[in-house]
Amino acid sequence: MSEYLILIYEDEASYETATPEVIGEVMQAHDDFAAGVEGLGAKLVGGKALQPTGTATTVRGSEVTDGPFVETKEALGGYYLVEAPDLDTALAVAKTVPARFGGVEVRPVMTFD
Amino acid sequence: MTAVDASAVAAAVADAHRREWAFVLAATVRVTRDLDVAEECAQEAFAAALTDWRAKGVPARPGAWLTTAAKRRALNVLRHRGVERRYLPLLVEEETSPGPDELPAPGAEIPDDRLRLIVTCCHPALDRSAQVALTLRLMCGLSTADVARAFLVPEATMAARITRAKKKIAVARIPYRVPSVDELPERVDAVLSVVHLLFTTGHTGPSGDDLVRRDLVERSVQLGRMLRALLPGDPAVAGLVALMLLTDARRETRTAADGRLLLLEEQDRSRWDARAIDEGVALVREALRARPPTRYALQAAIAAVHAESPSWGDTDWREIVALYDVLTRLWPSPVVALNRAVAVGFARGAAEGLAALDALATEPQLAGYGYLPAARADFLRRLGRVAEARDAYGEALLLTENAVERNFLAGRLRQLGTIESES
Repeated sequence: MSEYLILIYEDEASYETATPEVIGEVMQAHDDFAAGVEGLGAKLVGGKALQPTGTATTVRGSEVTDGPFVETKEALGGYYLVEAPDLDTALAVAKTVPARFGGVEVRPVMTFD
Repeated sequence: MTAVDASAVAAAVADAHRREWAFVLAATVRVTRDLDVAEECAQEAFAAALTDWRAKGVPARPGAWLTTAAKRRALNVLRHRGVERRYLPLLVEEETSPGPDELPAPGAEIPDDRLRLIVTCCHPALDRSAQVALTLRLMCGLSTADVARAFLVPEATMAARITRAKKKIAVARIPYRVPSVDELPERVDAVLSVVHLLFTTGHTGPSGDDLVRRDLVERSVQLGRMLRALLPGDPAVAGLVALMLLTDARRETRTAADGRLLLLEEQDRSRWDARAIDEGVALVREALRARPPTRYALQAAIAAVHAESPSWGDTDWREIVALYDVLTRLWPSPVVALNRAVAVGFARGAAEGLAALDALATEPQLAGYGYLPAARADFLRRLGRVAEARDAYGEALLLTENAVERNFLAGRLRQLGTIESES
């Protein structure tokens, strides 16, 4: 088994203007996602939602600046850490991650022997 | 067996390389699960064949001999790395070259190996240029230098691209397996797009002095035939092989003896490859039985109308337009629309063709696509609108980098100059 980080990139503005119904649907979708992972042959190891990029602070060397490391329209909004036997399984899981206002990136986690 | 003449052995090894490389490599990857080790071992097996076959004769089944030899080398490498225990059940034991009695029985080879390998090469997690490079390198056995030459990039660039792709396969764990039945169509589609891209790149080189890149055309047809053997019932595969055979059947007549481009209209149809046409037409018939027809089957059906027409004048343009209509409905794309517009021009007259082309003028995907102004120029010329035709030929020239096509367009421009000075 390998670990894969599924990074959720979405348009933050869409969440700011979303109705409570939409937010409720998204929350429900995340619950449904978590419940379905094992059925795809993978295991959910961890996952968190992040506060918006307005709350981010970037540090490069000793320089501290306001804002995210990279400014993009779609920002990192949360992640799941899954354990899967191979990339195809991880991608099958990634396809079920709710990301209504964007998409996800799948990255294998590096292991140090 | 007696000692064999060195040149005959070299020819036998070269022939085996062409036919059996993918098979040998794919079977070895199944054992090593490591592309680099498998490639190294397969290369060494071919090198060993040069000396071994000279001493003992060319084996009856070179592919089986080479596969066994490559797998033994792989075992040796894995042993040195101390990881053989995990793989041992899959491996043969001896390290020496195999004798004829030790080869696997005919038909005992697992036919899916090459399918596994090509599906891995064309995995959607790899970018398109890496898919193409890996396919040429791993399925056709081309060296990095040859792959670089095929795509006119420096060898170092291609080497980096291949290394990056292999690293992603290993690190992200792109699995080496035959896709499940429900995902097979999508994965085969990716494989076919790569083979089709190789073919079209070879059929008319995007740049350079030659119209046809023979090596790429032959490699892509070879890959198509391999897929056909692996997936005999797949209508998309049958359609693509038919399309390649029917299109390539015209290869020898596409340029004149002096290298000048010859249009379909001017080609000597008696010199078209009749055998390729027969085979292609039979495959189209088979492919068209699937409902709905695949896009390759429809494109091949269009090529078959040309191939079976006794002359340019007899071409059934209505049938071609009808086929393009189906193609447009099932797989709409700006390039299909462009080809349809050209067919409309021949079926219903240049004015209607031009109108259909002009409707595509704002299509962003066609901006910078040289065949659009070239097709406009031709209809304008046929309509006697000389000044506009000249502008369109000039625009097409700016967008075309293939020397043979450039010469053709420049020649048309010169002819227009003559027409004007006569009038």
